[in-house]
Amino acid sequence: MNTTSQNNIMVEVKNLKMYFPITRGLLQKKVGDIKAVDDVSFEIKKHETLGLVGESGCGKTTTGRCILRLYKPTSGEIIFDGKNISTLPESKIRPLRCSMGAIFQDPFGSLNPRQTAGSIVADPLKIHNIVKPSEVNDMVADLFRMVGLDPSMMDRVPHEFSGGQRQRLGVARALACKPALVVCDEPISALDVSIQAQIINLLEDLQEKLGLTYLFIAHDLSVVQHISNRVAVMYLGRIVEIADSDELYENPRHPYTQALLSAVPVPDPFIEETRQRIVLKGEVPSPANPPSGCHFHPRCQIAIPDCSQIRPELKDIGNGHRVACIRV
Amino acid sequence: MGNLLKVQDLKTYFKTDRGLVKAVDGVSFYLDEEEIIGVVGESGCGKSVTMLSVMQLVQSPPGKIMGGKVIFEGQDLLQFNPKGAEMRSIRGAKIAMIFQEPMTSLNPVLTICRQITESLELHLGMSGYAARERAIELLRLVGVPEPEKRIDDYPHQFSGGMRQRVMIAMALSCNPKILIADEPTTAVDVTTQAQLLELMKDMVTRFRSSLIIVTHNLGVVARYAQRIYVMYAGRVIESGAAKDLFKNPRHPYTSGLLKSVPRLGEKHGTRKLVPIEGLPPNLINMPATCAFLPRCAYKIKKCQEEPWPELRLAGDNHHFVSCYAELQEKL
Repeated sequence: MNTTSQNNIMVEVKNLKMYFPITRGLLQKKVGDIKAVDDVSFEIKKHETLGLVGESGCGKTTTGRCILRLYKPTSGEIIFDGKNISTLPESKIRPLRCSMGAIFQDPFGSLNPRQTAGSIVADPLKIHNIVKPSEVNDMVADLFRMVGLDPSMMDRVPHEFSGGQRQRLGVARALACKPALVVCDEPISALDVSIQAQIINLLEDLQEKLGLTYLFIAHDLSVVQHISNRVAVMYLGRIVEIADSDELYENPRHPYTQALLSAVPVPDPFIEETRQRIVLKGEVPSPANPPSGCHFHPRCQIAIPDCSQIRPELKDIGNGHRVACIRV
Repeated sequence: MGNLLKVQDLKTYFKTDRGLVKAVDGVSFYLDEEEIIGVVGESGCGKSVTMLSVMQLVQSPPGKIMGGKVIFEGQDLLQFNPKGAEMRSIRGAKIAMIFQEPMTSLNPVLTICRQITESLELHLGMSGYAARERAIELLRLVGVPEPEKRIDDYPHQFSGGMRQRVMIAMALSCNPKILIADEPTTAVDVTTQAQLLELMKDMVTRFRSSLIIVTHNLGVVARYAQRIYVMYAGRVIESGAAKDLFKNPRHPYTSGLLKSVPRLGEKHGTRKLVPIEGLPPNLINMPATCAFLPRCAYKIKKCQEEPWPELRLAGDNHHFVSCYAELQEKL
C-alpha cells in the first residue's frame, strides 16, 4: 500500500455494498435484497468534516454504521487509518472502536435511562482501560466540562436532563476514548431550533480543539453546508454528487442535488422571493426494487432514454467535484 | 371590512399534578381573506394549543379555555358548545385542520374513501356514489396517482407523503374558508415537504381560502407567509409583515432565532452561529416578568422590575413587539 498518499486520509471507502436480505415464509427463504448501500466510494480526509445528505432511506445511516463496523459490509473495503477493517472479525474490531466515536440522533433513546450520566460517560473509559480506575471520576468530570455540562450533574439520570444537555452527554460519551473519527448521525434533528446552534457550535469547537474528523450525516442541507468542508449527496444507496460544500451550493450539477437545494427554504423572504424552485414529482422508489440505470431517472427532468440503461459512474469534473450523471 | 378570523386574548390552561400550565396566555391574532400567515415557535410555546383552541379541540380535562374570543363570521366560536351542532358545522367544513402526524391522524381501520366521504356526507349532504366520485376527484387534485384504484386502500398502504396528501384532500373536501396546517411537514423529507407546501399554497389560492401555517421552521414561513406571529412561552412576542420581521426583528428572541440557524448558501466557515443560551422555560409556575428574560442578551433594568410587557407598535407597518428594550437591528 502506498502509505504516503494515505497519510492525510482518515477513512477510505471503496465500492462499499451493504445488502439486507428480504425473507419470506416460515423457513425465512431469501426472496431478494434491500440494496441499502450500493457501490459507494469516497474518502474522508483527516481533520475535515464530510457531510452526508439525502432523504430517509437513501442509505446514509447504513454507510455510517458500516464505517463504524456496526454492520459487516456485503462487499467492498473500508480503510480506516491505513488499515482495511471491512473483514476484521468482531474480536479485532473492539480495540479499534476506541478510535471511533458515534453520536446518535435520538438523545432520548441512545442513553440508558437507568444509568447515571457519569457512568454513561465512564463506561467506554472502563471498557477500553483508558485510565486507572481511581482516575475515572476525574476524567469524566473533565469530559463534562469539555462539553459544557456541570460535573455536579454526574449523579443524575438522563430524564433529568433537557434534550440539548442529553446530546451534550452523548458527545461526551463519544469523545471519552479520544477518538480520531466521530460519526455524527443526525445529531441535532431532534432538538429545538434555539438549541441546535449550541450543539453545532460545540461540535465545531471540539473539532478545532481536538483535531477531530467528522462524518456528519443529516437530511438538513443548510446545517450540513454550514458544518462540512465537503458534502456527499446520496440517493437510493448511491452517491450522486460529491464536492466542496461551497462549490456544491454554487454549482450543483446533478439534477437531484439541484432539486434538493431548491427544496430547502431559506429563512429570508427577500431571497425566497427570487429563488427558483424545482419541485420533484413522485416519491423515492423502494430500495428493494430500484429503477434500472440511473436510480433517479424516473423523477429526473433532463432524463434521456439512455438514463434508464446506463448506470452513471462518479466522474471528476475538476477540483474534486464528482458527479454521477451522464447528462453532465 | 372585518377580519375573517379574529382571536382576542385567548387563554388556554392545563391543570396538571405539578401545577397550572398556561399553555396559551393571552394570544391575539387575525387572519384576512385569502391570506397566508405563519405562526412560529419552538415546541411547547403554545402554537398548536392555540389552533386546537380555535377549533375547540382541546381535551378537557386537563385543558380548559379560560378566556378570550375567537370571532369567525361575526360569531364568537368559544360561546358554542365544543360538541354542539354549531361547532360541528364549522369544524371540518368552514375551518379545516391538517395535523402534524399523518400516521396517527388517519383512522387505520377505515378506507381512504370512507374517511373522505364522511365529511362530504356530514357537511354537504352528499351520498353514496356522488360522494365517492367527489373523493376521487379530490385525491386527483392533491396529486395521488391512480385515485380510482387507491381510494379503497387503507392508510397503511400509503407512504407518509401520500398520507399527508390524503389529509389535505380531507381538509379541502368541504371547501373551507380557513385551512390550519399544524406542522404539516415535520415528519417528511425535504423534497416531499416542498411538494406538500406548494400543493397547499396552490389549493388555497385556487379555492380562495386562507391558510395558517404553524411551524418551527423559519424557512417555511419566509417562503410562504405574508405575515408572521412569533410565539414564546404561550404568548405572541412579535408580529408583523414577513419581510419587516425578518429584516428588522424587534424582539431579542426573534433576532436570536434568526442568527442561530444556518442559511443555505452562506460560504463555509464565514459565520459562526450565535446560539440562544439557556433553555426554553418551564411553563409551570411562570414568573410574572418576561419569560425570555433568563436567556436575553439585551435585558435592561426595567425587564426585571416590570411584568411581561404588552405588545406595542414598533415602527410602522403593523409591526408589534412585546419587549422593553428598544432593539434596533438590521439583518
